[in-house]
Formats: sequence, structure tokens, C-alpha cells
Amino acid sequence: MSTSVQQNNGVAASKTNTQPLWLLAEVTYRCPLHCAFCYNPTDYDKHTKNELSTEQWIQALRDARKLGALQLGISGGEPLLRDDIEEIVAEASSLGYYTNLITSGVGLTEKRISAFKAGGLDHIQLSMHDITEEINNFITGTRTFELKKKVAAMIKEHGYPMVLNVVIHRFNIKHVKEILEMAEALGADFVELANTQYYGWSLVNRSQLMPTKEQIDEAEAITNAFREKVGNKMKIFFVVPDYFSNRPKKCMNGWGEVFMIVTANGDVLPCHSARVLPNMSFPNVKANGLKWVWEESPAFNKYRGDDWMKEPCRSCPEKEKDLGGCRCQAFLLSGDAEAADPVCTKSPHRHLIDEAIANAQKPYLQAQPILFRNDKNSRKLIEGENRELVEEFHALP
Amino acid sequence: MSTISDNQDKASVVTSDDVYAIARHYRFQWEEAQQCYVLLFPEGMIKLNGGAGEVIKRVDGQRNVAEIVADVQAAFPDVADIEADVIAMLDLALEKAWLEKRA
Repeated sequence: MSTSVQQNNGVAASKTNTQPLWLLAEVTYRCPLHCAFCYNPTDYDKHTKNELSTEQWIQALRDARKLGALQLGISGGEPLLRDDIEEIVAEASSLGYYTNLITSGVGLTEKRISAFKAGGLDHIQLSMHDITEEINNFITGTRTFELKKKVAAMIKEHGYPMVLNVVIHRFNIKHVKEILEMAEALGADFVELANTQYYGWSLVNRSQLMPTKEQIDEAEAITNAFREKVGNKMKIFFVVPDYFSNRPKKCMNGWGEVFMIVTANGDVLPCHSARVLPNMSFPNVKANGLKWVWEESPAFNKYRGDDWMKEPCRSCPEKEKDLGGCRCQAFLLSGDAEAADPVCTKSPHRHLIDEAIANAQKPYLQAQPILFRNDKNSRKLIEGENRELVEEFHALP
Repeated sequence: MSTISDNQDKASVVTSDDVYAIARHYRFQWEEAQQCYVLLFPEGMIKLNGGAGEVIKRVDGQRNVAEIVADVQAAFPDVADIEADVIAMLDLALEKAWLEKRA
């Protein structure tokens, strides 16, 4: 039997011996919130129809588990907009997944949280936005501040580990200390301070969302001091914003290495935003078995390993460290999916990052209206309105 | 109370009559696909090598450290100074907050 498979770009690669340890189920793109920094595709409105059925999800969970998937995130959109999450959770738990519900909290009732507990849900990751009602409601386009605090208390009462995820941007970065104090007061076990990464809606709104380098350095120093203070009681992750680094992130820990996403309509992706990449077709659970998808599909093999690399990555002594960074970011910004991630100072496109950082300091760009994530704005972008907002990128972000 | 082992770089916090359990919110299980034990927790997982898995699987909230050491010694009679390895593993697991003390 052959041990090599044919890739999209015609390069043979050794058949993978990796496993999709992390499975993300983006069960719906419908969402009651309208967050300006959402990484979901700006054309998500195309993917809100033809959602997988309960049975299809359960089959996908079984197949992925056989491949070695262990950590399951149930996300979206807002997963609680589906009424079968209880069933999906119970199945996932019986299969031996460590199951995480990633939610805005909207729709989490006493009845549902009890059903999740009975079904074996392991933890709930709740998004929080700020210590002020004003900024929470502004950035999410909803009045959800009080509700989120109630949901946090409910999660705690039911004995779940509480994982708070706070996306950090210009509007809340000055409140990092207060946000951490709030998390401690709510009894959070884990806090993820996720500096905005620029994909999807956040890329369109980049100039309005990006803080300064000084603000990020200060936020990180505050976080480190807080971590010292609280110790193991509350674990704090500070997700470094790649634009302010000299080297790119090792995106997804490598293409097709540990991570697999099944999206609402069944498309299977190696990363959250892979659908922006050109000349690729992604497998779908309705037509393809996940074993074939992971091991043999052209999409999952396309950027595995380093055979696809060009210079400056190919001969770079650091290439194993970051694998050339993010393919989606390379394509969206430079137009070449096989280029080095422009974040890298060795990239001939680094100036695009520096320009974006400089643009975020220009008052007239900062003052542009934010394009919030909602169905109407998504349809407009699909239909070609607001083109000026995306024309500097090489696809709809 | 005295520590069982003092031949490590750091002083051990583990004592022979301590009883530990897998920490709340952590799950320990055998993974057929990876052929190893894993610890699962929010936002992460650890694959345990054979020796680490053999120690952690005996941490059950019932047996004390001396009993765990004796059990591992019985299972691997040919391994020299296995007690120090068990203690070092328990120390590491405590430091990482994978375990919590029951008694």
C-alpha cells in the first residue's frame, strides 16, 4: 500500500500519523450577539441554511472519536440557539469526550444547564466583554451585561469549572485589571484574555479595534502581576496579539496536526477561517468519512508539514517553530496563501502589518462606523455592498 | 510527618500518609487511539507517558501515598528506586494542580 497521498498542489507527502485531538463543532452560525470582533466568516449568512441534523452531528462525533478526538468544543454562533445541544452533549460524554460548551450565555436557563449536567457536560466557557455595561452592550450590539453576570453565577452554582473568555480590544484593554478582579469575584477557574486576532468581522473593523503596543504591554504586565497574586486558584491565559510580534504564531499548532472543525453545514476545516483560501474545496461530513477527511483529503494535506513552503520560510532556521504562520492571514493580506505570514519581519509583506498598526492610530479611521456582525451586514457584504471595507483584503475576510 | 523522599532538587511536599485525588474539573482516562493515559481539563490535555500513567491511575482519593508506592513497587519489582520516581511524579502533578489533597 502506498504511504503517500497526492496533495492539492501536486506535492506528495507522507501520510499523516497525527490525530485530531481537538474537535470544534460550530453547530450554527446564528447568533443573538453582534460582536464587532467575531472571527466567524463575514459571509456566514450563506452557511445558516442546511445545518446538520442531530443525527449527523452524532455520527460526526462518533467518527472523530474513533480517530482519537478528545477535546470537544461546541461553539457557533451561539450553540444554544439549537434545541438539541442536550442530546449532542449526552452523546459526546458517553463517547468519552471532554466536552466544552462555548457560549455567550444567552439562552442558558436553569432547565438547560441541569440537563447538560445530567448529560455529562464537563465545562462551560462563557464570553464576557467588560466591567462596564456600556462597553459590553456596545461591542456586542446587545443588552447582555446583566444576563452574563447571572449566567456566570448559574455556572458556578451547578459546580462547573468556570472558564471566562474575554476578547481584548481598544474599548476594554484599559480595564484589564478590573476585568481580572471581576473574574476573581465571580469565582472563575480559568480566564482567557484573548487579544483580538484579525479575521472575519474583526479584520473589517481592524482600525477601530486595535489597541496600541503600549496598551498591550501594559495589559500584559498587569496580567502577569495578577497571575502572581492569585496563583493556581485562577489560571490566566494571555493570548499574544501576533501583529505586535516579530514572528508569526504557529497557527492551529500546524495545519492538520491536532485540530479539526466541523461547521454548521458539515464542511470540515483545518482552521476557523480556511474557507477564505483560494482554489480549495473542503470536504463535508454529508459526503465524506472523517477518517478520509483527516488522513487523505487534499484540503487537510495541502499545508501539512513544510513541503508547500516558499522562501523566506523554506530555508528559515525557525520554520519548525511557527511553520510559516497562518495561511489565511498570509492570503488575506498578501494575496498569496503560500507566502510567509506577513507578521514575520523576514516577510516581504511585513509592511502590511506595520501599515495596519499605523492606520489604527489615524483618528479618521478610528472614527469609521463599526460593521457589526449581523445577518443584514453579512448579506450586504455577500452582495457586494460595503466593498470599500474589504477591498484591501484578498477575499471576504 | 516526614517526607518519604529527600533525594530531589526541591523538597517534596508529598508525605507518606497523604491521600490525593484527581483534581476537581480534571478527568483521567485511558485512550485507546493514543495507547496512553490522558488528563483532560478545560482548555487543555496532557498525554501521560507509561510511568506517569501508572502512578496517576492509582491516585483514587482512597489510598495513601505509602500504599500507592507499595502497589507500584509490587507491579514493577525490577525497577530500582521506584519510590523516588513515584514521589517525583506526585510532586509534579501537585505543582501542576492535577491532584488535590483529600487527607
